[in-house]
Amino acid sequence: METVARLAKSPAAIVGLLLLFLVVAMALTAPLVFPRDPLGLAGRPLQWPFVNSRFWLGTDTTGRDIAAQIFHGARISLLIGIVATLLAITIGIVLGALAGYYGGLVDDVLMRITEAFQTLPNFLLLLVLVAVFGSDIKTVTIAIGLVSWPASARLTRAEFLTLRSREFVQASRTLGMRDVQIIFREILPNALPPVIVYASVIMATAILLESALAFLNLSDPNVPSWGNLIGTGRSVLRTQWYVSAIPGIVILLTVLAVSLVGQGLNDALNPRLKRR
Amino acid sequence: MSAILTIDSLTVALPPGADRPRALENVSLELHPNEILCVVGESGSGKSMTAGAILGLLPDGVQAIAGKILLEGQDLLTLDDAQMQQIRGARIGMIFQEPMTALNPLRTIGDQIGEMFETHTTLRSSEIRARVLDLLRDVHIPDPEAARRAYPHELSGGQRQRAMIAMALALEPRVLIADEPTTALDVTTQAQILKLIRELQQRKGTAVLFITHDFGVVAEIADRVAVMQKGLLVEEGPAIDVLNDPQHPYTRALIAAVPPLVPPPPQMTGSEIILRIEHVSKTYRKGGLLARHRRVTHAVKDANLVLPRGGTLGIVGESGSGKSTLARCMVRLLDPDQGSIRLGDTDLASLSRKEMRAATRRIQMVYQDPFASLNPRRKAGELVAQGPIIHGETRERALARAKELFALVGLDPDSTERYPHEFSGGQRQRIGLARALALGPEVLVADEPVSALDVSVQAQVLRLLADLRKRLGLSMVFITHDLRVAAQICDRIAVMKDGEVVEEGLTAEVFTAPRHPYTKALLASVPGRDWTPPVSPDAVLALADTREFAPQLL
Amino acid sequence: MRVLLLALRRLAASLPTLFVVLAGLFLLLQLAPGDTVDALVAQMGGGDPVMMEELRRYYGLDVSVAVQLGRYIWRLLQLDLGFSAIYGKPVSAVILERLPATLLLMMSALSFAFAGGMALGVLAARKVNRWPDTLISTLGLIFYATPSFWFGLMGIVIFAVNLGWLPAGSFEEIGAGYTGFRRALDIAWHLFLPTLTLALIFLATYLRIMRASMLEVLNLEFVRTARAKGLSPGRVVRRHVLRNALLPMVTLIGLQAGTMLGGSIVVESVFALPGLGRLAYESVVQRDLNTLLGIVFVSALLVIAVNFIVDLLYARLDPRIVT
Repeated sequence: METVARLAKSPAAIVGLLLLFLVVAMALTAPLVFPRDPLGLAGRPLQWPFVNSRFWLGTDTTGRDIAAQIFHGARISLLIGIVATLLAITIGIVLGALAGYYGGLVDDVLMRITEAFQTLPNFLLLLVLVAVFGSDIKTVTIAIGLVSWPASARLTRAEFLTLRSREFVQASRTLGMRDVQIIFREILPNALPPVIVYASVIMATAILLESALAFLNLSDPNVPSWGNLIGTGRSVLRTQWYVSAIPGIVILLTVLAVSLVGQGLNDALNPRLKRR
Repeated sequence: MSAILTIDSLTVALPPGADRPRALENVSLELHPNEILCVVGESGSGKSMTAGAILGLLPDGVQAIAGKILLEGQDLLTLDDAQMQQIRGARIGMIFQEPMTALNPLRTIGDQIGEMFETHTTLRSSEIRARVLDLLRDVHIPDPEAARRAYPHELSGGQRQRAMIAMALALEPRVLIADEPTTALDVTTQAQILKLIRELQQRKGTAVLFITHDFGVVAEIADRVAVMQKGLLVEEGPAIDVLNDPQHPYTRALIAAVPPLVPPPPQMTGSEIILRIEHVSKTYRKGGLLARHRRVTHAVKDANLVLPRGGTLGIVGESGSGKSTLARCMVRLLDPDQGSIRLGDTDLASLSRKEMRAATRRIQMVYQDPFASLNPRRKAGELVAQGPIIHGETRERALARAKELFALVGLDPDSTERYPHEFSGGQRQRIGLARALALGPEVLVADEPVSALDVSVQAQVLRLLADLRKRLGLSMVFITHDLRVAAQICDRIAVMKDGEVVEEGLTAEVFTAPRHPYTKALLASVPGRDWTPPVSPDAVLALADTREFAPQLL
Repeated sequence: MRVLLLALRRLAASLPTLFVVLAGLFLLLQLAPGDTVDALVAQMGGGDPVMMEELRRYYGLDVSVAVQLGRYIWRLLQLDLGFSAIYGKPVSAVILERLPATLLLMMSALSFAFAGGMALGVLAARKVNRWPDTLISTLGLIFYATPSFWFGLMGIVIFAVNLGWLPAGSFEEIGAGYTGFRRALDIAWHLFLPTLTLALIFLATYLRIMRASMLEVLNLEFVRTARAKGLSPGRVVRRHVLRNALLPMVTLIGLQAGTMLGGSIVVESVFALPGLGRLAYESVVQRDLNTLLGIVFVSALLVIAVNFIVDLLYARLDPRIVT
């Protein structure tokens, strides 16, 4: 409760929440506002925004409604962002907790695997996964989750390493508590705040990764995606630059919203640092 | 003689939202040339704020709002930043508590001392190097040339503090402020550093403002004493008078809380042995796969100890002596490499993890840090009930029992619903004690249970321990670095050094007739060992009013 | 000597990591639907089982998985990355051709991001919670949220199409036949916008870390000591804060080397640069798995190399590092 109250006091967090609320509203109302298939032909191609009141953000190279694609794209971006983040965080927390708590050989093995994932450029790994397993939206989401977990594993591990030597954890052991209980009920709640804050970074990155993939035409072509629209606009960049510009701004604002909320959460969860 | 530094009715305001509006209230002090003035007080008394105010280095939001600070007639509070920079270091030197963190880890000692000359003088670098060497020689650092080139982490704690002193005295300031300069050091090192400060002060005629919480240190080094309480100066006078005939009730209470170094007459304990430690060794291995990179530390070497039922065995030693490692082996937080730990007829050292989990109800531990030892996300009552619940008790019964235990350790039984951060340090230690007692252990291992506490709170917790021991017939292993505490609470004492038990025996015998040279050195290093705190019967009650809630024990 | 020993040990420690990478890639190939022979046969439009068996033996697919893994790793250790059917030459040759452009782009982007992030971070920390800090921090957040490919495209629209100041793409003026210094200048001119595009996100990260690190170090006790010594605020920052605050920045270079390589895929595609990233993209589009995995392997080596240098640098900066 305190956290919520502190969150409401931070101007950055409020701006972020407001923006995020707008994006969520777009995603939720998309089927109502634009009931037709956003990828279907809607009108004359390449109409500029604010010219035709039916297509107030204009149409793209194949005559699809840009506004409709923006609204429906919000669903995809948020969905991929949330699911991939949950996947990445879950993997990261479990591996990081085990490595940090047990140390020794477990730590060595898990950290080598984490390092291997960090050694590979995540976008390249994403390309490989898509190349091997195909590019429908489920695969893309899982693939993004799979390339995004290492940092959260390291973060969780670092938290566990410091908490493990805290006396209250030792006290749990001398009370006769089992490891599973110590890891998940004693240490994890204390280790969670920074990881939750970091989730916003992962989500922001996940949205950016998907849009980049879609921009390169390597994401699912059957769903409306902001990145895809930017890619579509590339061929007419010299004249009808708005086709690429509009979805880019929407991505920017969405990622900004997620980052701002994350920063606000950080300030709220670590009030000590806020004064700095 | 006229004062060199005069603090005149100084008032320092804290930012809004602090626990009190003023850090210092109307404080007046005089520091004369060639004297050591000790400013004593517990945490939060404002003693460190005084130092910060003099140097103009108060934390953000904290501000001097009234009064004067005169250095040789010049009011420091009216100076701007550039003028203060010329005074800091050159005319007022400063030594801090923790020499490890007070020195820049990435630059050499010589570089950091030389910086004093670079900042305040126009000496050439060759001259600076010579001066730095002289200074390091003055503070008796072995091999000054090597120390000059060393990085802070390459020196021992005592050497680092010597380097810090050399730096503070580089420009021969007339005033030296020392903020708890020996608190982070081991007792033998502390004795050497105190001697060094006294020696240099006398040689150079420096006026020293010495901030400390330790009356032993005061007895060792002070010419005059000023006692502070919650931002107020409550008593001031020559050291001999204040130490032996304190006037203000607060001073009397503080001094009464200092444990005398003379052990009380021994208590009778039975001859039955409850805990027997035989040939226990523990080594730490660090480093890579290649054998030559491995570093082996023998933390405990072949320790043999016995604890009689109902008795208290003190394990004393300096940091790195292995006393904490040994304690952790006893409760199997660490697995000893060798030896047996017999509790009754069970060898704890040979139990499997699962068996040990069950055996934890027979041996419990009390921890040092009142803040780190309680999970901040659990309610106090839950923390105490946790142990019994793990060992099969129902939740309701365990929570009800927690309330009884709260009363037993002198806490309000209605406070079980509160979270740890709502308690004071001493109260948290009581919660930790209740948690350990909840399982009804035969042996309690207490690892420095009072060393993080202020002296008055420390006295109360010690009294509680002694009382519980009597009432519950507890047997206890008591780890401490503080010989005064050990003298008061332990029946038997074991002295550890570098992982070995060098001497073991009845407390009174070890204190009056130490056999091992290290024990002798340790005893000779206790600050203020020649001073016996005067006892006043009303003093303890005075403290109880101002500090803790512990009615049934007093 | 201490530094060198340390670096060699770190290098040795990265061998298991490399092994995990290789084993992972191999596993991925195993998981991929169909093997090389299936793909070949499909290309030829069907084939009989006997011939497929023959082919499997030829490609060494008839032995156990463990043996295959062993052979695969042995081949990679000899830097034999296989043959690219698309380009008609060994994968290593293809990659080697494309490596310089990517290295150049990475190095220039890294230098720009590091220097810029450091300068802005220091500035923000020294004016903490005042308007320069707010401005810099807000800009950092916006940079961080900008999709790089979009920034690149908009850069092309503004600076190449509308203003005509910079080229819209490619590595150098093709057919101009510049040599020596003139050529270097030409390449620099072409790489200006790509560097900015790639560096933007990293600039934001570096600036945020530098700011936080500065604030953290400013609160440490030795800074109070320095002030008690009578040093001026500027001198305190220069002589005591900066070097300590740089340590996390240096660590970050190593951690982000991989991310930066990944980012270059998109940027090279936007600006049509003949680099490794674009090659990766092309090989995905053309289903040239051999080349793609070769790039992954080389990227891993590259990241390990960067981390090696970072370790050296860190050990130079911090005397406390002994092992």
